[in-house]
Amino acid sequence: MSLDPSYVGRTYPPTAPYQVGREKIREFATAIGATDPAHHDPEAARALGHPDVVAPPTFPFVVTMAATQQIVEDPAVGVDYSRVVHGDQRFAYTRPVVAGDELICVSTIEDITNRGGHGFLTTRTDITTVAGEPVVAVWSKLVVRGEA
Amino acid sequence: MELPARTFRVTRADLVRYAGASGDFNPIHWSDRIATKVGLPGVIAHGMFTMALVGRAVAEWAGAADAVVDYGVRFTRPVVVPDDDEGTEIEVTAVVREVTEDGLTRLDITATCLGDKVLSQARATVRTSR
Repeated sequence: MSLDPSYVGRTYPPTAPYQVGREKIREFATAIGATDPAHHDPEAARALGHPDVVAPPTFPFVVTMAATQQIVEDPAVGVDYSRVVHGDQRFAYTRPVVAGDELICVSTIEDITNRGGHGFLTTRTDITTVAGEPVVAVWSKLVVRGEA
Repeated sequence: MELPARTFRVTRADLVRYAGASGDFNPIHWSDRIATKVGLPGVIAHGMFTMALVGRAVAEWAGAADAVVDYGVRFTRPVVVPDDDEGTEIEVTAVVREVTEDGLTRLDITATCLGDKVLSQARATVRTSR
């Protein structure tokens, strides 16, 4: 089943606020072996000019998971999640995510193509604070593998 | 200019820890039974775990946890992680493509596992002056 390209441009409602916890950042940093004190020690983060511990660069993906779910589960778009492979991923940061942030995601379908029996779905998720301050823009390309 | 190569060992325990920390519990990252059922050779690492390790290398090269301003990759090949104490290894190298006048450094990154490229179009921009 191919993806319906008429949904390019569709924007989804903002997600519920994600509260970034200090322990979650420490847990994530530990899981990827990131020992830089700015991920663990609020004082070290403050020395870099941040209010609390700084998340590693790919942490925003955790925040976007609920937003991606909205699109993947949108029956109109037609994604079979058991066939999904992660194609591309990109982050463009206005500033790093820090503990204490309350973040909202707004996702848009930027592109849908079908090629060689596979579907390609590119989404852009803008992560802002609840006050509307931009934090990071996140692009994901999902590949929906066709039936072999 | 080429940056010093980094090697990251990845074991099943690392995948379990990453699954918990990230909330990505897709069973292809912890169950051989399910991974092989969907046509994989066995349990594979989360693409986002590989991207996180490479991102860590980039931040460490730049010398600051908050230095990365843009970072993107394409996942080209799965990283298969055997169920033993050694696991596998991901090797990361990078070359400086450009240093801009406003203090940004653009890197072209290569990540391989057992000699095969696992990422393509892997690029990062880091702030190298504060």
